[in-house]
Amino acid sequence: MPPRATTPDLPHTQADAGLKGAPDRPPAGTVTQADIDREIAGLHAAHPESGVHPLRDFPPYRSSRLRHPRRALVAVRDPDAAELTGPVFGVTDVTPLDADLTRRHLHEPLGERITVQGRVTDRDGRPVRRQLVEIWQANAAGRYRHQGDDHSAPLDPGFTGAGRCLTDDEGRYAFTTIRPGAYPWRNHVNAWRPAHIHFSLFGTAFTQRLVTQMYFPGDPLLAHDPVLHAVTDERARQRLVAAYEHDLSVPEWSLGYRWDIVLDGPAATWTEEGR
Amino acid sequence: MTPTPAQTIGPFYGYALPFTGGGDIAGGGIVVHGHVYDGAGVPVSDALLEFWQADAAGGLGGAPGSMRRDPVTGAVAGRDPASFTGFGRVATDADGHWTLRTVVPGNGYISVCLFARGLLHHLYTRIYLGRDSFLDSLPPERSRTLTPVAEGRDIYRFDIHLQGEKETAFLDFG
Ligand SMILES: [Fe+2]
Repeated sequence: MPPRATTPDLPHTQADAGLKGAPDRPPAGTVTQADIDREIAGLHAAHPESGVHPLRDFPPYRSSRLRHPRRALVAVRDPDAAELTGPVFGVTDVTPLDADLTRRHLHEPLGERITVQGRVTDRDGRPVRRQLVEIWQANAAGRYRHQGDDHSAPLDPGFTGAGRCLTDDEGRYAFTTIRPGAYPWRNHVNAWRPAHIHFSLFGTAFTQRLVTQMYFPGDPLLAHDPVLHAVTDERARQRLVAAYEHDLSVPEWSLGYRWDIVLDGPAATWTEEGR
Repeated sequence: MTPTPAQTIGPFYGYALPFTGGGDIAGGGIVVHGHVYDGAGVPVSDALLEFWQADAAGGLGGAPGSMRRDPVTGAVAGRDPASFTGFGRVATDADGHWTLRTVVPGNGYISVCLFARGLLHHLYTRIYLGRDSFLDSLPPERSRTLTPVAEGRDIYRFDIHLQGEKETAFLDFG
């Protein structure tokens, strides 16, 4: 019996309403991975220079169809825009234990213990200092501790899968966790997300806000994932894949990954030294 | 340097990002609330909205402490009412509805950053409680989408439409 898939992006819900008759695609429920791979290849060929961020309108990711604006974004070029500044966080917003996802319960989690560390900079290369980084992820079996996740993989009493920390004065962050499992979803028949950790980052300006996903090197599912491939530029996609660094592994304890993050968006110049 | 691409927030951020009191930036002011709708007019039940705003005097120096923790238990301890952080975060309910309690910012608008499953790259918009030259520069059918409807004393309704005829004006800062 095939495993039940997780609920995200389930094609039989509201997300698909009104799209059954889309002319250039097979009906929902019969779309195969090969169909999706073909759609992705066609869109990559059609959008060779679409920038570093994903296309918001990316039909191979079925849930994007009704959730992207069709009109162009309106440019704001106001040097006094509030968005050129942003919220700050401090030592009262996190506890030291928040950065270690393996020490939150009486039981230790199952899975491969890893560390993920890196540096957060803005697009001019300046470190993002003392700012908030948040992560969330599935457990080693590919299950989220979320009522909406009905994947028939076990929950782990030793793992919630949420963490946060502040960057240091050089913009560095570090988390200890376990490697998340891949999980099925209902974007198409036999759809699987590659293993990933969700990241949320703040810069010095609200314009630099970033929510993204970190992937693992060598994962065969990377070639087939429509969420990752909504980033049509190959080199930009590579920026979402962490590096395994043996020197970051700790003997008889954990495997080490490095993932550096560059935040997009302008900031007020006065924040350079102020924050 | 080449920026790191965005990816969708997905459906499972709920035990990591929202926090108790996330929609209560400040008391004694106004309530702003609304729904998020997709292109078929269906409420979006798994969106996350973030808000950033000036204080009542127009100052943009928000304090830390929006998600203040109890150092003993690690649980959210709530904001210190003596300090204004200017930051709010609210997940939509099962019916796509959200609510924010805050004060009218001195510069006239509240900045919104919207995330959702199915939305591959977040979107910015503004809730205008006053006017400025940017709002006035927009054609009426667009500026209307940035202007909340007064529903009663100090209560405003602001619906966000991701797509379609009523599509909200979303902003790009370059
Ligand atoms: Fe995920």
